[in-house]
Amino acid sequence: MSFDVDVTVRRGERAIVCRFASAGGITALVGPSGAGKSSVLEALAGLLRPEAGRIAVGGTVLFDSLARVNLPPEARACGVMFQDLRLFPHRRVLGNLLYGQRLAPPERRFLSLEEVADFLDIAPLLGRRPRTLSGGEAQRVAIGRALLSGPRFLLMDEPLTALDDARREAIIAVIERIRDELALPILLVSHDRADVARLADTVVELRP
Amino acid sequence: MGMTGEEWGIVLLSLQVSLAAMAGALPLAFVLAWVLARLQFPGKILLDGLVHLPLVLPPVVIGWLLLIAFAPEGPGGRLLALLGVSVLFRWTGAAIAAAVMALPLMVRAIRLSLEAVDPRLEAAARTLGAGPWQTFWTITLPLAAPGVLAGAVLGFARSLGEFGATITFVSNIPDETRTLPLAIYAALQLPGGDGAVWRLALMAVALSLAALVASEALTRASGSGRGGHVL
Repeated sequence: MSFDVDVTVRRGERAIVCRFASAGGITALVGPSGAGKSSVLEALAGLLRPEAGRIAVGGTVLFDSLARVNLPPEARACGVMFQDLRLFPHRRVLGNLLYGQRLAPPERRFLSLEEVADFLDIAPLLGRRPRTLSGGEAQRVAIGRALLSGPRFLLMDEPLTALDDARREAIIAVIERIRDELALPILLVSHDRADVARLADTVVELRP
Repeated sequence: MGMTGEEWGIVLLSLQVSLAAMAGALPLAFVLAWVLARLQFPGKILLDGLVHLPLVLPPVVIGWLLLIAFAPEGPGGRLLALLGVSVLFRWTGAAIAAAVMALPLMVRAIRLSLEAVDPRLEAAARTLGAGPWQTFWTITLPLAAPGVLAGAVLGFARSLGEFGATITFVSNIPDETRTLPLAIYAALQLPGGDGAVWRLALMAVALSLAALVASEALTRASGSGRGGHVL
């Protein structure tokens, strides 16, 4: 069992109820915009406190309102690729990549900088400033930064939007390799049915 | 029209007082700016008002309040007596007066720069394993640094020009509390003091302008200058 989620998240007036369990691989969270996909992702990352419920990933309880468990984001070991990427503007690509790696305990690091740079084909970018990167480059750096932090699972918010077809294929290939070679549970937020049908092992639909 | 040795002494004393005022006020200004930028609490408007009070209150009132606070029987005076020091009629008192007067400007500049730091970047740092303090030191502070520096320089410039609170609190004592503005005021009272007034005034203009230009350049570098100028 990788994701085991049953939460109520409040966003303003609305209560978003989300309930799913998946056996591993890629879980897709789909639904129209405004359904609360990003809010659920933030709840899993520990950035948004659910009103009630329970979140467990890979057997580790991250949140449980009854047992009063609420791990802070830094204790959850979740790699997040945000939709807006959020690369640190005051650090070069290398500084961004190493940020999480330096903070991760050695036993959680499963990839080296060289392996990630090779895996994502970002070695030539290491000395660049984030603002000088193209959309596809920045996206690969964001994935690399998340992987180097030694995550136990990955959350990806719309990783395939705003990319041309060639870039999409490249990122899809990367996601499939993370699933197959690294065996990390992945939760993918997407509104694109075709992508979901192609990638996801489990599909969770969120209704507005 | 060269500066005399006495006049250079006045400039040095002014720089000393202003640097001390800036260094002393900076930590407090930062904490106040952070609290005002990041926290929501009842009474926030009141704190905001209190911080800004020296900007609008007659400086002579601030000087008088400081005199009461740091008199031997005042709360500040008793505290300092325990440490065996007094700031009355000393240059350190001039620095305290300048610090109080500079505080609102410093808080404003630092607050703008803290508000310009994207909280989404801080959230990203947390997911990468950084605790709240690590996030502050590695993300928040570096991104706000140019604005913090601009605030410090602005506070320094404001301290250089401080007059009313200083003369009320620590009087106008040569070589101790007679900073540039006070020296200019004293020279104006003397017949034949025109030359000194000109030299000291030009010096004041040069120093203040340099500090303001530096502050503005730093604000622009931080990117928070677009949101609003501090002055």
